[in-house]
Amino acid sequence: MSRLLSEEEYRKTKAFKIRRWYRGEKDPYIGKVEMKPQKPFAEDIKTQKQRIHDEALLRRSIYDIEHNRKLQIFSKFYKVVSVVFVFTLIAILLYVVSYLPPVGNAANPDNNEVASKYIEDAMKDTGAVNIVTGMILDYRAFDTLGESNVLFIATCTVLILLRVDNRSKKKEEEENDRLYEPKNDIILQKVAFFLVPMIIIFGIYVILNGHLSPGGGFSGGAIIGSGLILYVNAFGFKKIERFFTQKTYKWICFVALLFYCLAKTYSFYCGAHHLETGIPLGTPGDILSSGLILPLNICVGMVVACTMYAFYAMFRKGGF
Amino acid sequence: MEFIRNFPFFSILLSLGSGVLTSIMNKKTARLWNTFILVAITVMSAVLFVYMLGVGESYTFMMGHFPAPWGNEIRAGVLEAGMALFFCLIMLFSLKGGQQHIDAEIEETKVNLYYIMINLLLSSLLALIYTNDLFTAYVFVEINTISACGLIMITQSGRTIEAATRYMIMASLGSGLLLLGLCILYDITGHLLMSNIKESIQYIYAQGTYNIPLIASIGMVVVGLAIKSALYPFHTWLPDAYGYSTVSSAAILSSLVSKGYIFLLIKIFFRVVGFEIIVDSKIVNILFVFGLFGMIMGSVNAILEHDIRRMIAFSSVAQIGYIYMGLGLGTTMGIVASIFHILSHASTKSLLFIAGAGLTDASGGSKKFEDLTGSGFRHPAAGIAFTIGACSMVGIPLFSGFISKMQFAEAAVQNSPAKMLPTMICLAISTVLNAIYFMKTVIRLYTPASKKVRKTQAGEAAVVSIREQPLYNLALLCMVILNVILGCCSQPIVDWITSGLSMFG
Repeated sequence: MSRLLSEEEYRKTKAFKIRRWYRGEKDPYIGKVEMKPQKPFAEDIKTQKQRIHDEALLRRSIYDIEHNRKLQIFSKFYKVVSVVFVFTLIAILLYVVSYLPPVGNAANPDNNEVASKYIEDAMKDTGAVNIVTGMILDYRAFDTLGESNVLFIATCTVLILLRVDNRSKKKEEEENDRLYEPKNDIILQKVAFFLVPMIIIFGIYVILNGHLSPGGGFSGGAIIGSGLILYVNAFGFKKIERFFTQKTYKWICFVALLFYCLAKTYSFYCGAHHLETGIPLGTPGDILSSGLILPLNICVGMVVACTMYAFYAMFRKGGF
Repeated sequence: MEFIRNFPFFSILLSLGSGVLTSIMNKKTARLWNTFILVAITVMSAVLFVYMLGVGESYTFMMGHFPAPWGNEIRAGVLEAGMALFFCLIMLFSLKGGQQHIDAEIEETKVNLYYIMINLLLSSLLALIYTNDLFTAYVFVEINTISACGLIMITQSGRTIEAATRYMIMASLGSGLLLLGLCILYDITGHLLMSNIKESIQYIYAQGTYNIPLIASIGMVVVGLAIKSALYPFHTWLPDAYGYSTVSSAAILSSLVSKGYIFLLIKIFFRVVGFEIIVDSKIVNILFVFGLFGMIMGSVNAILEHDIRRMIAFSSVAQIGYIYMGLGLGTTMGIVASIFHILSHASTKSLLFIAGAGLTDASGGSKKFEDLTGSGFRHPAAGIAFTIGACSMVGIPLFSGFISKMQFAEAAVQNSPAKMLPTMICLAISTVLNAIYFMKTVIRLYTPASKKVRKTQAGEAAVVSIREQPLYNLALLCMVILNVILGCCSQPIVDWITSGLSMFG
């Protein structure tokens, strides 16, 4: 109660709302959060019969250890052998490790001209202050090209398994999307409202500074991907589909990987024939430096971010 | 540098890039583009092969601006070029032969994903063939494994998904062991480039400082690759994976994927560790024993099978056993025989799978032996092709299988006295067993179907004349010709394998 305001005006103030919430008179969730009640489980008699029949068959022919002598012997044998196998492998590996060169010893075989050239000349050769980025995107770029294709092909296999192309099925999946979780959670939305831009900007920072500081395409892309996943959790698929759909995903991956392939083809070709690429290395330490490394980092980052988000969307509703 | 020397680099990057390109194509364009890529790479490899035969020595190609121990490098010799040519040909024939099945069995919207898998698989096979760097090899082994999984499960049924899961588990174990082995090798040598590792391994071996890690890492690499290429006790994923996937996938998996790993293993023997050290380490003896087991047990399992596709799959286990037996002989002649058998088995097994698919189509889609009775009359082209493939597998003269068996026998007799007797005995037993199950099948194909059988397939089992399905028949014909070439003109082929191996050292 307030002495200065009338009852009606007081009801409009924030203080009243906080007080009401504190006393537990009002639940902010009610009426605002969309929740889909779970349907009671029901199946018709035919499928039930089929299921019982299948289960019985399965138990009889596969899992029936009591009557299936072969399986009985196999399962005992299997347990013993797998334990023995694992312990033997551990023992062998430990034994081998004890004969390996000690860690950090200057006389180790891997402390040779390869590593020393990377450390001494990387900045001059590649223009990257971060030697690791220089190694993976310039010295050994062919391996990294393969590695980004590993990511690409992994998403393709997940697409094979999980993508729902049937239209009616797709609709059903979309309707069932929020069966077990509430939609429009205010707390999550407010937190995501502040966090998502920061996460994405930090991801972009990590990618753009890949050649200057620790990080690069893979880690920055993972950060952006997690930002996107947080966004879709808070605001739902409808909102994210305003700027990120399956089509966007396809084209981003396509453009990034194709640019990667073409740029590296050009640079490998020039390298093998001892030609100049004509791409300036710039001053080490500047943001626009180190030749192809920056654009390649951006490509890798985009592919990784899309891959992370695509995995999440696939597992949740078979498409996005 | 001559322009032809760019071809290995072009073919790897072309297939890698076209995997990405295919992702935005529709079904028809994807298929056309894939055919174009395969033909282009085949032509490039053929030109390179002829050129390399003329030059007579291998060369390295720098991938980037930095020379070898710092940058990446690929290497091409006559053996590599020949292998690339052969793999591309087999892949082309298997895809064209199984095209009907690809169209029928794969969901309309997912066909382009299938061609992505094929393109990336091709690029990884080429990279495994040409690589001169162990870590590059590992990266492309990963691509190879994942795309092989995709090929298995593209036709989504419970069987294929189960098979893909099994394959994934076994292949991950293999990759893990391979990676561990490579890590230890790097730790004791400090290099990833093949020729540098070989130098320092020879030094280390003479010094005797790191012998135990060296032997352990060789063991892990060998076992890892053996698991991935389905050597006998690790073959459990194989029958399901080959038996239930779409027929092109089965043909490609059996004739190319496992062979890529074996080729990598041979490369590691010669270019990384050095063949003398491998022989000295007695690891070949283990491979020899498992190879012999595989030869016998694969055939026995094939005899017990009632499903034609699974029978051919188990026959693959036996043939992989042959290849490892050849590696296990521990002589250069044994390796030559193994490489020849890689070629002969690849051409024959893809032929058998494709022909088998035609026969099952003519029997109402059933793979059971009872339903196949008389299918040789219903689908004459496939029947003849299957008979030729069976003859080749059993080892009848004129066909490639005979030459490879003779090579194995020669290698065993000439150089390895202790291993001669077991090799000869197992070769004989395995040949008899092969004959039992293949001739049993062929006889069934040409036994006129009884009324009862005909009734069960009423209507579905239409007779397919030779005029129908021109593409399928052409693919079969090409594979038969390849097989006969391998069987009749074997001497030049053995010569180039030998010269290629000498370039390895």
